[in-house]
Amino acid sequence: MTDLFLAYESLFAFVGINGLLALSVYATLCCGQLSLANAGFMAIGAYTGALITLRAPGVPFIAALAASALAPALIAVPLGLPVLRLRGVFLAIATVGFGEVVRLFFVNWDYTNGALGLVAIPQRTHLWTIALALALALYVLGRLRGSRTGYALEAIREDETAARTMGIYTTGHKLAMLVLGAALAGLAGGLEAHHTFMVAPGGFAFGRVVDMLVQAVVGGTAAFYGPVVGAAFLTVLPEVLREAGARLGLAPGPFRLFLNGAILLAVILYLPNGLVSLPARFRRRARGMA
Amino acid sequence: MSLSLAGVSRAFGGVRAVDDATFTVADAEVHGLIGPNGAGKTTLLNLISGLLQPTSGRIELDGRRIDRLPPHRVAALGVARTYQNIRLFAGLSAADNVVVGEHLRRHAPFWPRLLLLPSAQREERAAREAAEALLSRVGLRERAGTPAFSLSYGEQRRVEIARALASQPTLVLLDEPTAGMNPNEAAAVARLVREVAREGRTVLLIEHNVRLVMEVCDRITVLNFGKVIARGAPAQIAQDPAVIAAYLGDGS
Repeated sequence: MTDLFLAYESLFAFVGINGLLALSVYATLCCGQLSLANAGFMAIGAYTGALITLRAPGVPFIAALAASALAPALIAVPLGLPVLRLRGVFLAIATVGFGEVVRLFFVNWDYTNGALGLVAIPQRTHLWTIALALALALYVLGRLRGSRTGYALEAIREDETAARTMGIYTTGHKLAMLVLGAALAGLAGGLEAHHTFMVAPGGFAFGRVVDMLVQAVVGGTAAFYGPVVGAAFLTVLPEVLREAGARLGLAPGPFRLFLNGAILLAVILYLPNGLVSLPARFRRRARGMA
Repeated sequence: MSLSLAGVSRAFGGVRAVDDATFTVADAEVHGLIGPNGAGKTTLLNLISGLLQPTSGRIELDGRRIDRLPPHRVAALGVARTYQNIRLFAGLSAADNVVVGEHLRRHAPFWPRLLLLPSAQREERAAREAAEALLSRVGLRERAGTPAFSLSYGEQRRVEIARALASQPTLVLLDEPTAGMNPNEAAAVARLVREVAREGRTVLLIEHNVRLVMEVCDRITVLNFGKVIARGAPAQIAQDPAVIAAYLGDGS
C-alpha cells in the first residue's frame, strides 16, 4: 500500500491541484456565471509564488502561497466589476480574453524569461500541503451551501432578476465568488509551481481552463464535491489507460485529449448532472426493478 | 407604508408604456391597479420595484425618493413583489424559495457557520420554520419539499406570494396573483390579501378578476394606454364612464 502510494505520489498531487482548479471554476458556476479567466488567475498565482521563492529565498513557503492566492484575488476585483455585467456567452468570451492577455503578458515579460518561463523553483509543495488546501477549499464551499449566502447564490443562478427583487445584491455576490475562484486558482498555481519546479506561459493557455471546466462538469456541479470527483476521475483515468493506449499505438497526449472529449460527450448526453449523480440513478433504477 | 407616484412616464422607443401616471397608495390599504391588456400595469410595477427606471417623474416611498435605486435597495426599504409570469427559483424546493425570500430579514454572517457554532444552526432552523409557517399560511405546508417546477400553476403562484411575504415587507406588489387559479384558490388568495393588509402592510394589486378586485380593494386606479383614467373607491370606479368605455368600448 505504501509502495503504491509512493509510486503514484505525483499523480495524487495532480489530482489535488486539478481538484482545486475545478473548484475554482465551480465557485462562479454555482451562481450561474461561466467565467473562464481561471487559467489567467492560475498563471498570476504561479508566477507570484515562484518569484517570491526565487528572488526572496528567506520568505516562508506559506507566505509565498498566501501571495499566490491573494494576487489574482486582488486583480479579480477590477476585472469583475465591468465584466460581471455581461451575461452568459459574453461573460465567457470576455474572461477568455483576460486569460489570453495574462498569458501574452508573461510571454513578453523579460523579467520572467518570456516564453521560457521560470525554472529551478525549489520543490516545496508536499502532498499534505495540497491535501490540506483542497480540504480547506472543500470545507468552505461545503459550508456555503445552505447558508444565507449559499441560498443567495442559488437564487442568482436560478433567476437573477427575481433574486434582485428579493433584496439580494447580485453584483456583490457574483464578485465575491469570482474573487474566491481567483484565489483558489492562484493557490493551485502556486502549489503546482513548487511541485513541478517550473512555470511557463504555455501551461496557462486556453486549453487549461477548458480542462478545469470539463472536470467540473464531468464530476457534476450540483454538489460542491462534484468538481473534485471529476478532476480525480479525469486525472487518474488516462494514467490507468496509458498502457492500453500504448498497446494500440496511440501517443499519450492525443490519447488523453480524445478520452477527455469522449467522456465529456458521454456525460453531457447521458449524465447531465455529472458523475456524482450516478449513485442516485442506480438507487432509482434498483427501486424501479423491485 | 405609503407610495406616491408623480408624473411617472416610461417610454420604450416611441411607445409610452406609462404616461404621466400620478396616484398615491395609502398606508395599509389594498389598492387595485386595473386596466385592459397592455395598459402599462406591469411596467408600472417594474418601475416601482426598480427593475426599470422612469423616463421622467418621481416615485416616493413614505416621502423618500426610490426611482433611481437599484432593485435590491428598493427591496431593502420594504418592497416585495410577485410576477405575472411566475419567477420562482425553479430548481429549489417550495420551502427553499421562501427561505431565499427571508434574505433581507436574516442576519446570518457566514463565519459562525464556518466555525460550526450552534448559533448558526439555530438561525437556520428558525429560517426554515418561518418558511414552513408561511407555506402553511398559503395552504402548501405539505408541499414544502417539492421542487418549484413540479408544483401546479396555482401552487406556484401561492409559493411566490409566500416568498414575497417572507421578507416581512411593508409594501407588497402582486401582479395577477390569481391568474390560472380555480375559484376556491382565488377566494383563498383574496382572504390572504385582506389579512396581509390588516397586519399593516400596504398592497398594490394588479388583477383581472373584476369581482375579486371590487371585493378586496379599498381603492382602485385604472390605467389605459399608460394613462391614469380613473381613481377612487370600487363603487365609484364601477360607474365611471371612462372606465366602462375603456373596457367595453365607447360605442362610437
